[in-house]
Amino acid sequence: MTVDELKRIKERARTFDKVEAGEVHVVVGMNTCGIASGARETMHAFQEGMKRLGIKGRVFQTGCIGMCFEEPLVDIIEAHKPRITYRHVDGAKAERILEEHLSEGKVVMEWAMAQFPNGGKPLEGLPLYSELPYNSKQKKIVLRKCGFIDPEDIEQYIATDGYFALAKALKEMTPEEVISEIIASGLRGRGGAGFPTGLKWKATREAKGSPKYVVCNGDEGDPGAFMDRSVLEGDPHAVLEGMLIAGYAIGAKEAYIYVRAEYPVAVKRLQKAIAQAKKYGLLGDGILGTDFSFDIKIKMGAGAFVCGEETALLASIEGKRGMPRPRPPFPAQSGLWGKPTNINNVETFANVPAILLNGASWYSSFGTENSKGTKVFCITGKVKNSGLIEVPMGITLREVIFDIGGGILQDRGFKAVQTGGPSGGVLPESLLDLPVDYQELSKAGSIMGSGGLVVMDEATCMADVARYFLTFTQSESCGKCTPCREGLQRMYQILDRICQGNGRPGDIEDLEELARSVKDASLCGLGQTAPNPVLTVLRYFREEVEAHIRERRCPAGVCVALIRYEIDPEKCKACGICRKKCPVGAVEGAPKVVHRILQDKCIKCGTCLEVCPPKFSAVRKV
Amino acid sequence: MSAVGQERMIEVVDRIPEEELAKLDPIIAKYAHRPGYLIPALKEAQEIFGYLPQEVQTRIAHGLNVSPSYVYGVVSFYAFFTMVPRGRHTIRICLGTACYVKGAPEILAKIEQELCIGVGGTTPDRRFTLVEVRCLGACGLAPVMMVGEDTHGNLEPGTVMDILDQYK
Repeated sequence: MTVDELKRIKERARTFDKVEAGEVHVVVGMNTCGIASGARETMHAFQEGMKRLGIKGRVFQTGCIGMCFEEPLVDIIEAHKPRITYRHVDGAKAERILEEHLSEGKVVMEWAMAQFPNGGKPLEGLPLYSELPYNSKQKKIVLRKCGFIDPEDIEQYIATDGYFALAKALKEMTPEEVISEIIASGLRGRGGAGFPTGLKWKATREAKGSPKYVVCNGDEGDPGAFMDRSVLEGDPHAVLEGMLIAGYAIGAKEAYIYVRAEYPVAVKRLQKAIAQAKKYGLLGDGILGTDFSFDIKIKMGAGAFVCGEETALLASIEGKRGMPRPRPPFPAQSGLWGKPTNINNVETFANVPAILLNGASWYSSFGTENSKGTKVFCITGKVKNSGLIEVPMGITLREVIFDIGGGILQDRGFKAVQTGGPSGGVLPESLLDLPVDYQELSKAGSIMGSGGLVVMDEATCMADVARYFLTFTQSESCGKCTPCREGLQRMYQILDRICQGNGRPGDIEDLEELARSVKDASLCGLGQTAPNPVLTVLRYFREEVEAHIRERRCPAGVCVALIRYEIDPEKCKACGICRKKCPVGAVEGAPKVVHRILQDKCIKCGTCLEVCPPKFSAVRKV
Repeated sequence: MSAVGQERMIEVVDRIPEEELAKLDPIIAKYAHRPGYLIPALKEAQEIFGYLPQEVQTRIAHGLNVSPSYVYGVVSFYAFFTMVPRGRHTIRICLGTACYVKGAPEILAKIEQELCIGVGGTTPDRRFTLVEVRCLGACGLAPVMMVGEDTHGNLEPGTVMDILDQYK
């Protein structure tokens, strides 16, 4: 493959999303969220239906467009007409879309969500895709192709300027120039810590020793985070191209991409992408007619959260227990098998081709003083629109949660947002105007982290949330260093007894002291950041934790040991539903005899509250 | 893995006959001279046997020229590996943050109550094994579980058993 051949493929493939008159393209979102919502059946229904009805055209898959809450999503593309996006398309809806839209040309307005004009005259009464509130504040660089190309077709990637950044690097730039460009762009590690990417590359290039390695960290373990999965599933070649450019820049010939075992779809897409890149001569020897050779291997994780830490990940690639080791030496000096290794996160690599194609100054025009470019986030939890978004750095949390996320489910009150997974913190309403920026988030006691944003409403108990994160981190601690292994368990025990209603005066102070020690003395990032959720809960929601200890009360009504269910004798009509449904026979009563809950038998499952007819509303939680 | 579940399972484990163990030899031949490929070897072995009992670990250790304690160290470290047999279908209930705040604990309690097993347990008929996982990365559909390879989202306590009924 030469650059000219690459250009010819682009020329040939650029019409992949152009539709001939009389043909229809049906594009189905087939990422994990889509598949779990039934996209496979939807795709099948369109394939069968088009055959049956004799409709010309084809059905193809694409990656995640970000709107997990609207899956399965289907786009219908026809020549000279707007491209229509339908939401929640199951098999039955597919039938009606086939009959009305595909056969008769009538858009099924009640299920249509948005349109792209595509040169056609826009339909009245249907918003433009770019004007949906979910999209209007987003800026897509990493995700620009997700949801628009078939991730299993390298030609569609090439047609959208894919591998041209690599060509530019190999043909027009020295490795040093590539590194300078990345430094100038201000790109920082998107895995969470935010180390400047270009400086890391420079350190690896300058390190003595060979061979050198490139490693891509796809061990996305933070709960509430699925950015890397979406990129790997939706645009795997962008990651490969970023790794190739890094390999050229640092002088490496070999690379590994480490993906967690829980992401089977991502692994499958990557395997296909690597095989295609090899077939097209974009991986292997003498790439694009130069003497640059590069090979990428996939390594799958085996279920250990700590392997997201870079030294643990390298140990895992070597086939060992994934335990971290002290740094320095940093992987740039001594990494995989003791050799200089450049390790970056999936999203970081996916930024690289766009930076080289458009230039460092273009990239750094987005974002803030210290945080350039965009960041991909997964907005989840008690929010109306949950999904995958990409926003310019510096946008406020309020804009993300209320403008893009659409606000809180059931219009309840906002309570907190958790950034950075178990390494980050929970931020209260008073900090909603905080800009998304490495420094600002860190000042508030949280971190940017890999990009999970979990929204919590007023029905969430913050003591319980703090305990939840410690359940997580103390069981994922690898056990190598004492502060993390022992400290987190003691912190968990204290929080557990607080949630059980057995908290003691002094518990909060003990927690704070333990948290500081664990933070200061732990070996790796897991332990150093694990106290963050607890510390932020104590900083912003102290009164709520104190209520558990002093008043034996859970203000949010979550901690089972501190709540009771009662039946209001005035309201109870003795209908008997709760008595019949109670799994432990804790409701006393008879027909026409007002019911009562036997507290010593009750397991507080809440069934009685759930089944009590709304017109009576006799059961209450206190 | 709860201690109770483990004890119960160990009683029913039979010794693995030599001809079964010989199925490991192609895996060993494939990875014997590739440093760093113990984890893939163990994964393939687990695909054959469904779990990694001591005899399997020892044979792999000898084949790949590492000590059995090293292999045990790796097997016991990673959640993906199991040393006791699992049921036909593994239910992976997600307890990631998004699932947690959207009611995963109630889903888990419902399944535990209906199947009469705890996390880490296997039903006596070997139909289901119940495990918890940290995050399946499908948070947009929280709460989520995987049954075998299938992901199910937007779970509710009232209907989760209907989903499990599809798996015989």
